[in-house]
Amino acid sequence: MSLLEVDKINTLYGDSHVLFDLSIRVEQGEVVALLGRNGAGKTTTLRSIMGVLSPRSGHIRLDGKSIEGLPPSAIAGMGVQLVPEERAIFGGLTVEENLRIAALTAPNAWSYDRIYDVFPRLKERRKSAGRTLSGGEQQMLAIARALIRDARIILLDEPFEGLAPLIVRDLVEVSRNLAAEGRTMIVVEQNVAAALSFANRVYGLNNGHVVFEGTPADLNASPDLMRDFLGVGM
Amino acid sequence: MPSWPVLISQAFNGLALGTLLALVSSGLTIILGTLGVLNFAHGALFAVGAYAAFVLLQYTSSFVLAIVVGCGFMLVLGFLLERIIIRYFYDRPHEDQILVTYGVGIVLVECVRAAFGGNAQRVPVPSWGQGATQMGFLIYPTYRLQLIAIIAGLLLSLYLVLYRTSMGLVVRAGIENPGMVGILGINVRRAFLLVFAIGVVAVGLAGMLYAPVVAVTPDMGANFMAQSFVVIVLGGLGSFPGAVIGGLIAGEIISLTSAFNSSYSEVMLYALMAVLLIMRPQGLFGSEGRA
Repeated sequence: MSLLEVDKINTLYGDSHVLFDLSIRVEQGEVVALLGRNGAGKTTTLRSIMGVLSPRSGHIRLDGKSIEGLPPSAIAGMGVQLVPEERAIFGGLTVEENLRIAALTAPNAWSYDRIYDVFPRLKERRKSAGRTLSGGEQQMLAIARALIRDARIILLDEPFEGLAPLIVRDLVEVSRNLAAEGRTMIVVEQNVAAALSFANRVYGLNNGHVVFEGTPADLNASPDLMRDFLGVGM
Repeated sequence: MPSWPVLISQAFNGLALGTLLALVSSGLTIILGTLGVLNFAHGALFAVGAYAAFVLLQYTSSFVLAIVVGCGFMLVLGFLLERIIIRYFYDRPHEDQILVTYGVGIVLVECVRAAFGGNAQRVPVPSWGQGATQMGFLIYPTYRLQLIAIIAGLLLSLYLVLYRTSMGLVVRAGIENPGMVGILGINVRRAFLLVFAIGVVAVGLAGMLYAPVVAVTPDMGANFMAQSFVVIVLGGLGSFPGAVIGGLIAGEIISLTSAFNSSYSEVMLYALMAVLLIMRPQGLFGSEGRA
């Protein structure tokens, strides 16, 4: 049984149908990359798993148990944690308060020190208000909020978007380490090279359908697919 | 030009009114900021608080006991209103929320009128607040001085709850982004219930404490509610520090203008609001985000 199984979900934004019978699965300890053009349905898939959006039909199973239709707080309570594209740092709260609120309902919350070992920069900024952080620091904090909850599955939505190359390098390094420690993740990323550097498996999405499933090596071996469906030339 | 003693006395009146407006407005602004609901029943709840003090003081001579029991009553009322009515309107458009809270306000005011009639009731000043206090060249009613101190203490407690407790952390985060609070595993709706009830207790408490100073009538809250809206716009929607500072500014403007010409006091308040909105549309402490 897969840890997470998305089974033929159909999700709509108002009247617009975004996901069509979309199915993916994620095994324990695996890093899965969702790739595709803008509007392919990647973010919608993550938001459906987190319960921010409720699929119109289909199932989402965690450990074989259906979770579709539950509110995000209940799904978070089962160890699924979305790190949203817009990062959604609480700007009026300090770095440490952002971590504290994330840890509030987590039964196996990490210590601050453990978080600061992963992101030493956050320790320096721990008393700073969220709104004063740089983009890179905000992204670190966004990931840190998922880690401090000791989430079983982390859903990373465009974690490297809009960040300087040096910071992307650091965050990729952190992501690789997490993957090596066996942390299960789904990553959505336009920076395909960065995502493929730590993903075990890839789904290609196009117009709300899965059009490719394979390993990073499979994908690298078929440049046509990259170009036609994912809109990336490599 | 009014004499100095009159001006200073009016400045104290402004402080009393200002702290009161701060307490009323902080309830309004926390509910608006967290739940996204502009509570038009807030003025009615102020009157309900004042009548709670009126009724309870007929059974006990202890003002403090009456206030404590009154707060319990307001808490229960807040819980009931949220569970039975308000929670069904979180996902509805603002127009619906305004209509339903406005309706709740009318029902509450008319219930009070049906029970106690429309005539003004008097609530006695507590025994420890009788008389006047000599302050240099100024003699000022003792209870009004105590009122300033009591409400300042209440605002401080509210500050401590908001900035030093986990619940306050959830409320402050919820004001910024309730969706993300839910994604972090916190049952936002349960937090909303508590926030609404605390807001109701805050305004009810303001009504109870103010009851001995004014004539208690069913419609006494209407004016306060209008002024509170100005206060939260001045201070920035959803901002607790904004409600406190905005309340003090509004109280002083109304009282000091009255010293010159009382018919202009409200005009000055709205004029200030207009000027501030032109220069700083988000209010003194507001952020541009969600409203």
